[in-house]
Amino acid sequence: MSKEGIERHDYDVIVVGAGGAGLRAAIEASAAGAHTALICKSLLGKAHTVMAEGGIAAALGNVWKEDNWRVHFRDTMRGGKLLNNWRMAQLHAQEAPDRVLELEEWGALFDRTSDGLILQRDFGGHRYARLAHVGDRTGLEMIRILQQHAVHKGIDVYMECTLQRLLTDGGKIAGAFGYWRESGKFVLFGARAVVLATGGGGKAWKITSNSWEYTGDGIAMALDAGTDLIDMEMVQFHPTGMVWPPSVRGLLVTEGVRGDGGMLTNNEGKRFMFDYIPEFFRADTAENEREADAWYEDKKNNRRTPDLLPRDEVARAINTEVKAGRGTPHGGVYLDIASRRSPEFIKKRLPSMYQQFKQLADVDITTTAMEIGPTCHYFMGGVRVEPETAAATVPGLFAAGEVAAGMHGANRLGGNSLSDLLVFGRRAGAGAAAYASRTNARAVDDAQVEAAARSMLAPFDGEGTENPYALHAELQETMQRLVGIIRTEAELQQAIATLDVLGERVDRVTVEGNRQFNPGWHLALDLRSMITVSKACARSALMRQESRGGHTRDDYQKADPEWGKKNVVTRKRGGQLELATEPLPQIPEELRQLVLAEEKQPA
Amino acid sequence: MTDETRDATMSIWRGTKTGGRFETYTVPMVEGMVVLDVIHRIQALRAPDLAVRWNCKAGKCGSCSAEINGHARLLCMTRMNTFAPGEEITVSPMKTFPIIKDLVTDVSFNYEKAKEIPAFKPKPKEADGTRRMYQEDIDRVQEFHKCIECFLCQDTCHVIRDHEENKKAFAGPRFFVRLAALEMHPLDTNDRLELIRQKAGLGFCNITKCCTEVCPEDIHITDNAIIPLKERIVTEFYDPLAWVKRRVLSKGAQQPGPGEPEPPSAKA
Ligand SMILES: Cc1cc2nc3c(=O)[nH]c(=O)nc-3n(C[C@H](O)[C@H](O)[C@H](O)COP(=O)(O)OP(=O)(O)OC[C@H]3O[C@@H](n4cnc5c(N)ncnc54)[C@H](O)[C@@H]3O)c2cc1C
Ligand code: SF4
Ligand code: SF4
Ligand code: FES
Repeated sequence: MSKEGIERHDYDVIVVGAGGAGLRAAIEASAAGAHTALICKSLLGKAHTVMAEGGIAAALGNVWKEDNWRVHFRDTMRGGKLLNNWRMAQLHAQEAPDRVLELEEWGALFDRTSDGLILQRDFGGHRYARLAHVGDRTGLEMIRILQQHAVHKGIDVYMECTLQRLLTDGGKIAGAFGYWRESGKFVLFGARAVVLATGGGGKAWKITSNSWEYTGDGIAMALDAGTDLIDMEMVQFHPTGMVWPPSVRGLLVTEGVRGDGGMLTNNEGKRFMFDYIPEFFRADTAENEREADAWYEDKKNNRRTPDLLPRDEVARAINTEVKAGRGTPHGGVYLDIASRRSPEFIKKRLPSMYQQFKQLADVDITTTAMEIGPTCHYFMGGVRVEPETAAATVPGLFAAGEVAAGMHGANRLGGNSLSDLLVFGRRAGAGAAAYASRTNARAVDDAQVEAAARSMLAPFDGEGTENPYALHAELQETMQRLVGIIRTEAELQQAIATLDVLGERVDRVTVEGNRQFNPGWHLALDLRSMITVSKACARSALMRQESRGGHTRDDYQKADPEWGKKNVVTRKRGGQLELATEPLPQIPEELRQLVLAEEKQPA
Repeated sequence: MTDETRDATMSIWRGTKTGGRFETYTVPMVEGMVVLDVIHRIQALRAPDLAVRWNCKAGKCGSCSAEINGHARLLCMTRMNTFAPGEEITVSPMKTFPIIKDLVTDVSFNYEKAKEIPAFKPKPKEADGTRRMYQEDIDRVQEFHKCIECFLCQDTCHVIRDHEENKKAFAGPRFFVRLAALEMHPLDTNDRLELIRQKAGLGFCNITKCCTEVCPEDIHITDNAIIPLKERIVTEFYDPLAWVKRRVLSKGAQQPGPGEPEPPSAKA
């Protein structure tokens, strides 16, 4: 294959991914004077970010003037079970308000308080009502505003263009290589710096809130390029996904339902969350229903309802209730806002949830309780980055948004992703532009391009016997069954063995048809990243012998203070995954005190 | 529950810009399925290279637009139980846009139109550094911001559906919604009336309301966006006083551009 035939473009900075993180990064890089391209697998405006519902967390202090970055920082660290990179959590809490206000400067219209400021709603793990929102379609507002802002900045956009390989030269980033979905033709980008903003990999699980794009491409590409991953065992299962009918199983039900007053009950009508308050959160959590209900209106004299404990706690509780036979007919629990709020309130605050249930499940949530259960939702783990610039461990590579790791530790709080995208998207864009300005363009290695091209076309050789759709279904079964919410050594071993076999079988995938917009072929290629990411997840999960945040081991049920001091690091060396543990960055004493201080008891 | 045992039969347009035809597929169905689920099953079991766009599967991203039995719809929000057992179901790509393959069309027209719209330009902040806006003042614009860019309204609008030649000078209902959102934004100061009248071709719209009928977000495109824009143009352009004020006071106080109608005389 001759490289003459390959379409080539050269930039200072390419941003891979056009969700919130990628758009914000591209805007920043371009503003810094870098010649910038934005590349995405779907059409512009369709990334995961568009689906985000509940809101953006930022200590604006509009609803509770007591709120400030320190409280937000504390909530984030505690929610992450202290595994967070403290500096990322600090920068995030400090800068999120400016990033939200900046969206307003660009035309965003958040819901308002009665005195005309941005309204904030309650969400799990947040001490105060903190989420700026637009009903339950906050992500749509955010992506559209960023998209419209970017369009006027002269950023070149490559849509429906899937990148497959990062190119390196002497260990530094030289560009990236991929294909146009429409034509199947190859495309090569020469770049001084690459920002990965490709999101997570939840499509490897069967019950998931994630779209087809979430195949972990960015994580796999970064790994292949030699970068470190951390915390790959930390996968968030959101407690409230739809469970019925089967075709919508896993579809997200926003935490905003509980933030706006919805409660969880089992089939005995009991508000079971009061039985699952962990010691770590006891001082911050309401003791009884009266206090929990009063908290919505009066946060000074009452503590948070346990329905809004961090997601890992709620997901585990639901899992236990269902296993104990106290679940609903379709294997979930009830989420009831109908008996708590007026139909007008529900339709105004949660219009898209109302529509989603009405249209897809024939359920009217203003009169009937929803049936919900956990769904695979978010990767806390991913590419290891340096907090100030979002630089990965390979020079020239940057990462922001869900693909990056550290910010959320062992568990992400709701609303902290959208703010993360803005804070670190901006930092990554600036970091990449600065790096590009002080480095020369690297040479593209033809051998790397040719090897990638050959491997990408292999599924057309027609010698294999595997069907990509069937293989994907097997992968999803495996991850769902063996690397789910509750994990054990035996099951993880079994998962790893199965993934090794799937890894061999994926090389024998054959696809029909030609290269033009061929979903079978696209899936065949996506499967490779999904399997790589799944392996990193299962092996990291096996290594961490404790329970913490999104990672629960049935055979090590307690959090272990020693494990609380380290990250599990994954690297690829000589084609093999290598795992190790490394100490977390040391948190300054003053911030540690802030995190550990107990909240004041109600008067 | 009767769904459990039913098979779904669907005719799907297969082909590229050089031609194609309907192919009929039958796959087993489970309860609650939407048309997109059936298409995914067809991909997995019968036609692995069948091209379709989708992302959220919940009516939030606007990727899966197509025509079901001739109606512009989201594949992910059309339940199979809305069809009578045995009813024929055909799925074809949006007609207004050039075909790429199967159900996937080239919607770049829309992205080009988006670029032509002058950006949001806010007025200065309040004295205390805040932006105060009241909920009742933004309700209408928030309605417009619900747009998921499915482009079903564009697909349906007769001005461009059967008239390729109109595409150059017509932005389409989606962008009338966008223009209205900007024009009614309490903070915006940019002036787009010229564009709305000329390049965006608002005058082509004869208020048939077909766009409103297909909008999956229930945006009242015609009543709330198009008609108020038309009214604004009438007052601004054909009310001489408003015209003079706009010319003299607005930042872009230039003479009418070439090919632009002269202002109506004060006597008219
Ligand atoms: C239903 C739902 C509701 C949510 N609600 C909230 C909420 O209320 N608040 C909150 O804070 N968070 C929420 N989240 C989480 C949050 O939306 C996501 O974590 C966040 O949007 C991820 O943004 P991102 O910019 O990292 O990536 P995304 O928005 O997912 O964008 C990824 C981009 O990368 C591109 N890409 C991927 N692979 C490749 C490749 N190989 N080549 C080229 N491009 C590629 C994709 O095309 C896409 O453009 C929600 C998530 C879901 C699924
Ligand atoms: S109302 Fe106007 S924009 Fe809408 S479909 Fe009719 S002609 Fe087109
Ligand atoms: S206005 Fe409605 S129909 Fe038109 S693109 Fe937006 S959501 Fe779709
Ligand atoms: S897949 Fe998102 S609207 Fe249908």
